[in-house]
Amino acid sequence: MLELINVSFNVDDEGQDKEIIRGVSLKIPDDKLIVITGPNGGGKSTLARLIAGIEKPTEGRILLDGEDITDVSITDRAKKGIGFAFQQPVKFKGIQVLDLIRLATGKRLSAAAACEYLAAVGLCAKDYIDREVNASLSGGELKRIEIATVLAKASRLSVFDEPEAGIDLWSFNNLIQVFENMRKNISGSSILIISHQERILNIADEIIVLKDGELTAQGAKDEVLPTLMGTASALPGCVKSMPGKGDC
Amino acid sequence: MIQLDEIQKRLLMEVADLHKVPEGAYNIRSNSQAVGRNSTANIEIVSKENVSGIDIRIKPGTKHESVHIPVVMSQSGLKEVVYNDFFIGEDCDVVIVAGCGIDNCGNQDSEHDGIHRFFVGKGSKVKYVEKHYGSGTGSGKRILNPGTEVYMDEDSTMEMEMVQIKGVDDTERTTIAELKAGAKLVVRERLMTHGDQRAISTYDVRLNGEGSSADVVSRSVARDNSYQKFDAKLLGNAPCSGHTECDSIIMDKGRILAVPGLEANDVDAALVHEAAIGKIAGDQIIKLMTLGLTEQEAEEQIINGFLK
Repeated sequence: MLELINVSFNVDDEGQDKEIIRGVSLKIPDDKLIVITGPNGGGKSTLARLIAGIEKPTEGRILLDGEDITDVSITDRAKKGIGFAFQQPVKFKGIQVLDLIRLATGKRLSAAAACEYLAAVGLCAKDYIDREVNASLSGGELKRIEIATVLAKASRLSVFDEPEAGIDLWSFNNLIQVFENMRKNISGSSILIISHQERILNIADEIIVLKDGELTAQGAKDEVLPTLMGTASALPGCVKSMPGKGDC
Repeated sequence: MIQLDEIQKRLLMEVADLHKVPEGAYNIRSNSQAVGRNSTANIEIVSKENVSGIDIRIKPGTKHESVHIPVVMSQSGLKEVVYNDFFIGEDCDVVIVAGCGIDNCGNQDSEHDGIHRFFVGKGSKVKYVEKHYGSGTGSGKRILNPGTEVYMDEDSTMEMEMVQIKGVDDTERTTIAELKAGAKLVVRERLMTHGDQRAISTYDVRLNGEGSSADVVSRSVARDNSYQKFDAKLLGNAPCSGHTECDSIIMDKGRILAVPGLEANDVDAALVHEAAIGKIAGDQIIKLMTLGLTEQEAEEQIINGFLK
């Protein structure tokens, strides 16, 4: 279980202290899929980065299975079982998909075994395994590879920062299945997804709403989701992507 | 019969991936002596008479054959200039593997200056691989100054892969190429310098014939206090296309100078130069750290990939 206790995060904004996260406390229990949603600029991605250790909180503590990991490095958090999928997948020169999956598993995996992770995210493995993780891949392809690396890492807690960002609606519809499958095999681990997408919210056990850096709602999907419908926090993806064509 | 000690064998493996005597034509030079040579029906290797070096003559129409001409030096204080000329007949398709490994455990400088000239016949296709490697704990420098001249006849293709990853203290590489109509030159240079090393690479590529093309790409990493200069000049003297690229990572106190040089002397010459120098992107390191690598391991993986 991951626990955030009164976590705040401030940045320096032209000499002024700006609060991005304000005293957030929450729990991510085992065997649960939690979705954090809320308006843009509300601090969701920052919260995900605080959990992965990419940012350090100004105040508050972060506990993993009761152990204080607030001052633990990114590397050591990864080793303790936190996985993180970037909103904007990182591109490399020369590093191939196979290399990245091998680094994620920490083993010299066979190409065939690595291909299984690609298949799990809906990529035809043989077309991608030798490809460089660079700009020759589309946004959707990079996103799937990013998710495959997090799958390959097999974390206790996997954090996905806006998996829908930067990919077209049709690619995202296929990606939903990937998360649905993860949901089925969640036993012994937990998943945290930052998302605006109704279909992602629909597979959540619990939903957390973050607005202006503050936690404004937290509860079971059936309680929280109805309060969000029709608000800016959660619109069906097609409504957002295709104004006037909401019924899809 | 070739007699090589363990150091020489290790150098041979580093520069030419050779674990044993290669198949096909070869000339192995060790501590300024030819220690093994083999000519084949189509590829003849003979010593030059007036200067140190060899002539390699490849008969027209020779296909899918290879020539290995590695050089290893394990004796401190050796200094040599070697002239090797390759005469490649028309309509060939061959692989040439060169390379030099120096192990210097003494306090005197060791230097090998290999001057290679290639005369590539009409329609021929050549792949040239050259690796440089240095090792040894002595205070004597390991110096390599390769000079390469490539003369390409009509519709010939030359692909050059030049690699220097480790241990060479000082290098000045000069590559000159002249291309006739339809000739195509592709250069891939990979370089890493560390310590106080210095590496200078100069290209002068003349696109003289209609439809000729050149693509010269250097990927390099400068670590510690090392210095690199990449000076690539393309001359478009006919309707042609040319591209040079310097893509570099600097670390520590490394320094890199990229000098673009494009000269178009024909209105239909299309020439492009690209250069990018910078440190490793922070998000690349963070991504690999989220997979459980330390910062140092992440840097190594990024550099290994970059120079692959």
